[in-house]
Amino acid sequence: MNPEELDQIAETEREAQSQFTQRVNVCVAAGCLSCQSQSVKDALDQEVARRGTKDHCQVKGVGCMGLCSEGPLVSTNVVSSGAGILYKKVEAADGAAILDSLEGEPVSRLVCRTDVPFFQRQKKIVLENSGVIDPERVEDYVAANGYSALIKALTEMTSREVIEQVTKSGLRGRGGAGYPTGLKWSTVSKSVGTQKYVVCNADEGDPGAFMDRSVLESDPHRVLEGMLIAAYAVGASEGYIYVRAEYPLAIKRLRNAIRQAERIGLLGSNICGTRFSFRVDLRLGAGAFVCGEETALIASVEGKRGMPRPRPPYPAMEGLFGQPTLINNVETFANIAPIIRNGGEWYAQIGTEKSKGTKVFALAGRVENTGLVEVPMGISLREMVFEIGGGIPEGRKFKAVQTGGPSGGCLPADCLDMPVDYESLARAGSIMGSGGMIVMDESSCMVDVAKYFMDFCMTESCGKCIPCRVGTYQMHRILSAIASMTATPEDMKMLAELCDLLKHTSLCGLGQSAPNPVVSTLRSFAEEYRAHIEDHKCPAGVCGAQAAEAGEAAAERETV
Amino acid sequence: MLSYLAKPTPPTQDKRWKLVDATIRRQGQQQRGLIETLHTVQEAFGYLDTQALRYVAMSLRVPLSRAYGVATFYHFFTLKPAGEHTCVICMGTACYIKGSQQLLDAVERELGIAPGETTADKKVSLLTARCLGSCGLAPAVVYDQEVAGKVGTAAMREHLKKWTQA
Repeated sequence: MNPEELDQIAETEREAQSQFTQRVNVCVAAGCLSCQSQSVKDALDQEVARRGTKDHCQVKGVGCMGLCSEGPLVSTNVVSSGAGILYKKVEAADGAAILDSLEGEPVSRLVCRTDVPFFQRQKKIVLENSGVIDPERVEDYVAANGYSALIKALTEMTSREVIEQVTKSGLRGRGGAGYPTGLKWSTVSKSVGTQKYVVCNADEGDPGAFMDRSVLESDPHRVLEGMLIAAYAVGASEGYIYVRAEYPLAIKRLRNAIRQAERIGLLGSNICGTRFSFRVDLRLGAGAFVCGEETALIASVEGKRGMPRPRPPYPAMEGLFGQPTLINNVETFANIAPIIRNGGEWYAQIGTEKSKGTKVFALAGRVENTGLVEVPMGISLREMVFEIGGGIPEGRKFKAVQTGGPSGGCLPADCLDMPVDYESLARAGSIMGSGGMIVMDESSCMVDVAKYFMDFCMTESCGKCIPCRVGTYQMHRILSAIASMTATPEDMKMLAELCDLLKHTSLCGLGQSAPNPVVSTLRSFAEEYRAHIEDHKCPAGVCGAQAAEAGEAAAERETV
Repeated sequence: MLSYLAKPTPPTQDKRWKLVDATIRRQGQQQRGLIETLHTVQEAFGYLDTQALRYVAMSLRVPLSRAYGVATFYHFFTLKPAGEHTCVICMGTACYIKGSQQLLDAVERELGIAPGETTADKKVSLLTARCLGSCGLAPAVVYDQEVAGKVGTAAMREHLKKWTQA
């Protein structure tokens, strides 16, 4: 593969696409697929074949279009008029009507308005190809400027210049902690080892987060391109993608993408006629949340139990098989290609002073519009929930928004005007996390939510260090007692003490951040805890005898 | 070749062991291939029994204790065969907020089994998932690999009835 051949592929594909004057894109990402979008696509395919319009009407399966709650989504585009229409909740039987509409009026009963904040307020960098290209065809990706950043890096830039651009962009790790990506890359590039590795962390374990899944399902080549550029920058020749086994579709599309990239010579030896060689292999996770922690992830790739180890040495010095290893999250890698294409300064213009660029959020819970959104850093929570999210359904009242999964916290209404960036969220007692954002209304009890997350951490604790193994169990016991109205004020003291203990003495991030949901709800919703303990009442009407039983049963299972 | 270094023969004549052997070969019979191999076994046989663990451990030359340790550490691996049908209830945050606990309680009452168990007639297994990533469709339930979104208690009872009465 050389640059001219890649141009050739892009040119051929663009030409083939220009034959089509009518385009119908059907979302075939996991969300819409579970609403039977495949049958919609099949119906459209059949209908086009029946009408004999195959030569100018294209039906294409594409990645996530964002508004998952209204799926299956179908978008149409007529080249001559430039009119694009998004249809929601499409059924297989609607195929004919949609094809008719290409030459006439839109099917009004299915139209999904795109002039609403949900679509207008987004800024798509990571998701620019999602919902536009066919994730299973590399040609489509190449035609959309895919792999041009890799070619640019390989042919025009030294590895140091690549790292410089990434540093300039101000990109920070999108896995949650927000470590500066450029700094990480330069540490790995300076480390000495016989073999360096690049690992993509696609073990998206936070409950309520599905950004990485959507990126992998909608645009797998972009992640590969990011990994390739990273490997070139740090001098690695082997890579692994550690992906959850619970994401079969993402695995299938990644496998397919790797095969295609190998076929056209973008993975393998002497890429683009340079001395740079890179191979990628998949490793399937097996359902352990702790494997999102980098040292645990390394242990898991090595075929061991996913247990973290103390750092330093950091993986950048001693990682996979004892060699320098660069570990980045899916979304971080997905940001790389546009940064190299447009320059680090372009990226640094977006976002806030310390948090640059955009962030993909998975908006879910008690909010009108649930789905995937990409917004510039620094947008306020209010905009997220009430404009993009469309507010709380059924006229209920907003109570809290949870970010960062089990390591994050619940932010109450008075945090709504806070900008969403790494520092502000940390100050408010939560974390950016990987991008799950779950909205809660008055029907959720904060004690119950804290208990839910503690149950999660208790089950997911790997058991290596005692503060986490025993501490999460004890905290869960106290929270269950509060939820069943049997707790005493002494228990509250013990709870606060345990929060402090876990935070400061646990080995890895799981234990250190496990108290966050408790600390943040104690801070903002102390009244609810008080009501449970003193008045023996759950203001939201969630907790009761039944909840207590379920909690005890869960603890019982854990000890057996 | 020393006998303890020789590759063991599969425990049964079952053709599916060929798949397992292929994975072991692809991993270069290295210890690091343990998790990948266990994935293949589970995909082929549905679960990991002692015989399979013993075979994988011997083939990759890892202690049986380590193979067992790995198999029990990860939630995805199961040591028991599943029932004819499986019902996975997502307990991710978004689903939890939207009432997946009530769904779980309902199934537990209906079938008389806890998560991770199978009914006595081996018809239905009940499982919970940490998060399916279908948060936009919360609460989500997976009936035999098929994801259903925005599930209500009544709809789920209906679905289970089809299985238990069939």
